[in-house]
Order: sequence, then structure tokens, then C-alpha cells
Amino acid sequence: MSSTAPTMPRRARGSGSSAAGRSLKWWQQLLCQLLCAFVAATVLFPILWIVSMSLDPRNLARPTELNLIPPGASFEAYRAVLNQPTANPVTFTELTVNSLKLAGGVALFALLIGVSAAYAFSRFKFPGRQWMMIGVLAITVLPAVATIAPLFALLNGVRISIGLLQISLLIAAALAVAFGLMIIIPAMRAGAAGVSTWALGGVSIMFGVFLLQAGISPPEGNIFILRNSLLGVGIAMISGALPFAIWNLKGYIDTIPKELEEAAIIDGANANQIFFQIVLPLAVPALAVTGFLGFMGGWTEFFLSWQFLTKPEDFTLAMALYNMTGQYAGSVPWSRFAAFSILISLPVAVVYLSLQRYIIGGLTLGGVKG
Amino acid sequence: MAATNPGLAATSAKPARSSFGDGWRQLRTPLVYLLPAVLLMLVVTFYPIAFQMWMSFTDYGVIKAEGKQTLNRFGPNGTVPPNYRPAQGVGFKNYSDILTNNPQFVAQLGGNFNFWRQLTFNLWWTFSNVGFHLVLGVVIAVLLNIEGLWGRKIYRAIYILPMVLPGIVIATVWKNMFDDKYGAVNQLLALISGQAVGIRWFNQIDPPIPGIPLPLSYYAMLITNIWLGWPFMTIVATGALQSIPKDMYEAASIDGATGPQSFWSITLPMLRPAMVPAVMVGIVTTFNLFHVIYFMSAGGPLGQTEILVTQAYKLVNVQQLYGVAAAFSVLIALVLIPIFLITNRISRATESYDV
Repeated sequence: MSSTAPTMPRRARGSGSSAAGRSLKWWQQLLCQLLCAFVAATVLFPILWIVSMSLDPRNLARPTELNLIPPGASFEAYRAVLNQPTANPVTFTELTVNSLKLAGGVALFALLIGVSAAYAFSRFKFPGRQWMMIGVLAITVLPAVATIAPLFALLNGVRISIGLLQISLLIAAALAVAFGLMIIIPAMRAGAAGVSTWALGGVSIMFGVFLLQAGISPPEGNIFILRNSLLGVGIAMISGALPFAIWNLKGYIDTIPKELEEAAIIDGANANQIFFQIVLPLAVPALAVTGFLGFMGGWTEFFLSWQFLTKPEDFTLAMALYNMTGQYAGSVPWSRFAAFSILISLPVAVVYLSLQRYIIGGLTLGGVKG
Repeated sequence: MAATNPGLAATSAKPARSSFGDGWRQLRTPLVYLLPAVLLMLVVTFYPIAFQMWMSFTDYGVIKAEGKQTLNRFGPNGTVPPNYRPAQGVGFKNYSDILTNNPQFVAQLGGNFNFWRQLTFNLWWTFSNVGFHLVLGVVIAVLLNIEGLWGRKIYRAIYILPMVLPGIVIATVWKNMFDDKYGAVNQLLALISGQAVGIRWFNQIDPPIPGIPLPLSYYAMLITNIWLGWPFMTIVATGALQSIPKDMYEAASIDGATGPQSFWSITLPMLRPAMVPAVMVGIVTTFNLFHVIYFMSAGGPLGQTEILVTQAYKLVNVQQLYGVAAAFSVLIALVLIPIFLITNRISRATESYDV
């Protein structure tokens, strides 16, 4: 471009040139603006519709007209939804905590177990490597719905005593805390602890503390049916989330330059030192993104929880959303439905937007499971 | 090469050993790193899949229809309940029921079941959606890439919105938007046409376009999924467009190529390597797109817009025919295997990255 600039002095950079090397005339600009604005309008239409409805102060049962800003907008619908979103006796907070447990747990344990496997696939050659990778990738193509029958039947058959449940929760708590420390300590030693390191490490330690607390305060009864619990749904979700995490992380680790490792090998570092001191700190942004995608999957998970859970105190946000539409809607005012949709979407949308650059790269690298 | 592989590098530095010892040393470190994932996947992924294969040849869950409970082999006091009966093998009956649309079996599912129609619809649904996604995505990416376009950053920020919202929320919101009485779509159409519009998007059985046997709900969901899907293609295409060297266009214009000519002979061929994997991801995602179908039309009217994954879910959730659902899921996997193999072939995903 710079070499051609002196030969074409009249084409100043302000006027620009189209992809074909022509400048943009006023009518071309107008046409493009009209097209872009039309596309933007179609994208924004549903979003504005739902935002406008959620702000409607009249607590509309059903909207009868289109209006961008409802007369006398208020947050009344949000208040109503935060009090009691559905006919079930659960509060918004309980629903949110359940969704957080499910999404956080699945994301964290898929990462914890997936990252070492991803490292092995990315950096070692060993017999059977390709077959194992095909096995992992094939699972990510298989829809999660297609394994619901055996997972339901198998988990329904698992009835464990509360004592055993407590032991497993405590082990899980230890693993989560160890993972958090594993993320933070090497990065701190190398002096490279960034925002994502603290966020990821902090979240896993917090989740570990939460698991610890769940482990020492047992639920009532003496037999625990794994299927009818968030833990069971989480195990069923890991079945698909783990292969996805392995695949996604392998894609990222492949892109980490090998020069550092080569230098470390010359200095006499072994595979473990390379993993903990070089690969893991460098992979923290990738861990954050993969963790977020896993979290997003759990946050909006619907069909497993709808099939597995029967106790209202276990219900999740996605299940409540389904209760608010279609045949189950009954008399739920649409302004509340709108407010509820926005409350579910906003947190994940904000995180998605801030991570979008990394996420898009990962999506085309591998996994396809939502 | 050796330096890229710590395991190999370590062994090559040592004196030669027997080939068995070499193989073991080569395998040991990766095996330790793989062990947790392999163990967990064996238990929660591969064992259920194997169990599913077995279930698909049994009448698992059928006894429930006879008023007995087979899934629960645990009574209140830990004893086996008297009405417990383990699942019995039925050979290929589940598969033949599904594949031949056995009338008795179809009646049991409510009369609207037809595997081949669902498969055809599912494939058509996939390719029509991905086709729209690809064409719109590339066109909009090219439009946004025109140099000198005002407000490009604003448009990019707006266009990403469908991707960042959870799919389950999008499906439920559009479901309400297409409501025949209160939906925004009918109200918008009424605003444009100036008269009341009451299109029954999800209940009208007659196909809106004569000769094409697709119900109106298909078009409603197509609109939704186009809205949902094109931004992904635009983002992938934008990345690829920005990596095309500008010299190519300048050289072409010096040689006298017109705008359309350089679009067809430079832009599109240069986009291809990036778009092929994106299309493959799109095909698999759309083929298994549970949320849009289940939340919007729920397969209706009369099961005409049922896709394979929503049918599989209903077999478990509504009919509780676990054995049949297992067989159905095996069939879904058989349909997906060719798609997977083609994807894998094209993207060379499982090959070693440094070869």
C-alpha cells in the first residue's frame, strides 16, 4: 500500500478505497449505510422489543401494540420477578444459586481434568494418540440429547448413602482448591499473574470452599438418589463437557509457541516442570475462555435438568424460563417473562462480549457442542 | 522435531535402551497426564454409550406402560420391589419399529411419527439454514469491509449481539414474538399493511407456499435461526477478509479487473479455507439444534417440524420408552458419523499439528 501511495497522490487515505480499489461515492456510501442500518434494525428488533416490554410499568399480561419506550417506564417487572418468578415455591435467588452450582461445577471440573489431557494430546507423541483424539472429537459431535436415555437409567440406579456423598464432596472440594492454587502459585512465582489468573484461581478456590461447606452440612434423609439432584445433572453434563474442554484447550495449547519449552528442555526441565511452570500459566486465558463456555452451557442447560430433577428446590433458571412460555405459561405476564430473560442473559452476555476475541478463535478450532 | 517433544527429547539424550523400555518411557508421561480424563470419560461417557447400545436391543422402560416400574430396582427399605422386572432383549425390534414406521408403534407415539420424514426434514432444515447463514454472513462481512464505510465499529458491535445471548433465551423470546395474538411480528406486519394481522405461525397446518410441504412454523423458525446464525459466519469471514493482501486487488485492478470480477476470483477463493470449517461447525450445530425447535414449535404442527434430537428427547421425557430412545439415538449417531468423518477429513483436526 505504501509503495503505491506516491504514484497515486490524488487518492488520499481519507476518501479511502473499496476492496476493489475504487473510492466510495456519496450514493455508494448512502446505499451501504441503508443496508447496514437495515441489518442492524433486524438484529435489534427482538432485543428492543424485550427490553421495552420488561420496562413496562403496567405489568402487561400481553402486549397489544409495539412501542419503543413504554409510557412511564419502571423496573416493576424486575421487582416482581426477583420476588417470585414462577408458580413454584422457589425464589429467584435459589434458582440462581442452583444454576451457579451446576454451571460453575461443570465448568471447573471439565477444566481441571481436561487441561492435563489437552497438554498430553498437544505435546506428546504416543501410540494410540490419534485414536484417542478421534474418540474425544467424535463425542463432541454427538448431541447431548442422544445420551440422555442411558445417563438417566444409570444415574437413577445410583443410590448412595449420605456419608459417601459427603466424602465425595470433600474430595471434590480438595480438588477444586488444589486447582485454584495450581493456577495462582506458578503464575505468581513467575510474576505473571494477570486478571484471568486471579479470576480463575479465585473462582475455583471459592467453589472449593462452597463444596466443603456442602460436604460438612449433609442433606436430610439417609439415601441419596444421584439422578434427582444437581450433582447427577452435573455428572451427566460432564459426560459431554469434558471432551469439549479437552478439544478446545488442545487447540489453544497447540498455538502456544514452543520456543520457551525448547529453552527449558535445554536447561534440563522435565515434562512436569514444563507443564506447571510454562504451559499452565500461558494457557490461563484459554482456561478462562473454555471455562466460560462450559459455564454458559451449564447456565442455559435445559433438557437434562428438566428430565432429571423433580424437587422444586433444585430447579434452575433455564427451567423457570421454560415454565414462563408456551403451554406452561398460564397467566405469567409477558413483562415479567421479558425481565426474567434479560436477567438471565445480561451476565453471560457481558462476559461473552469481553472475551469474544478469544472465543471466536476457539469456536472454529474445534468443538461444536453448545 | 525432537525438541518440540519433551518426552522424546529426554529419551534421546539417554543411552540406547531396549525397544520395549523406549516405548514405555515414551508412553509413561503422557499416560499420567491422560489418566484422570481417561478414567472419567470411561465412566461417564463411554460406559453410558456402551450401555445405550445394550439398551437399544431391550424393552427398557416398556413395563412402565403396563403399570409396573422397571427402572427402580430399589424399594423403600432397600428391598427389591415385587413388581420389578429387568429389561428383556427384543433383538432388532426397536430399530425395525423406527425404520419401518410400524403402525402400532406410531400409534403409541401419538400417530405423527415418521422416521424418514423427520430425517429428511432435519437434513433440509440444516442445509437451508446453513445456506442462508453462509450467504448472508459473507455478504455482510464484505459490506462491512468496504473501506471508507462510516460507523463500521458501531455496526460490528451491534451485529455480534445474537451470538452473545443464550440460545435458550433467544428461542423463547422469538416464540413469543411469533404469537398469533400478541406477538411483535404480527403487530409489525399490521403496522406495515395497515390492517389487523393474525397469522397463526405455529398452528397453521396448510403449507403457506403451495407445492412445498413445509408448514408455516418452519418459516418462523428459519427466520429465527437465520437471525441467530449469520453473525458467526460474518465474524469468521471478516477475519479471513482482513488477511487478504491488498496488493492482490491492486494488481487485479491494474490488469483491468472490475469489482465483481475480483470478488469472484479473489475474495471468494481466499475466503474458502476459513469458511469450510465454519460451515462444518454450522452444519453439526444446526443439525442438532434442540432449543429452537423444542421451544418454538415443539415439533408441531402434527410433528411436521420434528427433528431427530427433539424426537429422541420426547421418547425419553414424554413416552419414557428408554429402549426405543436408545435405538433412536444410535440411529442419530449413524447419521452423524459421515458428517463427522467429512469434517475431520476436511479440517484434518485429529492429525498432529506439527506434521
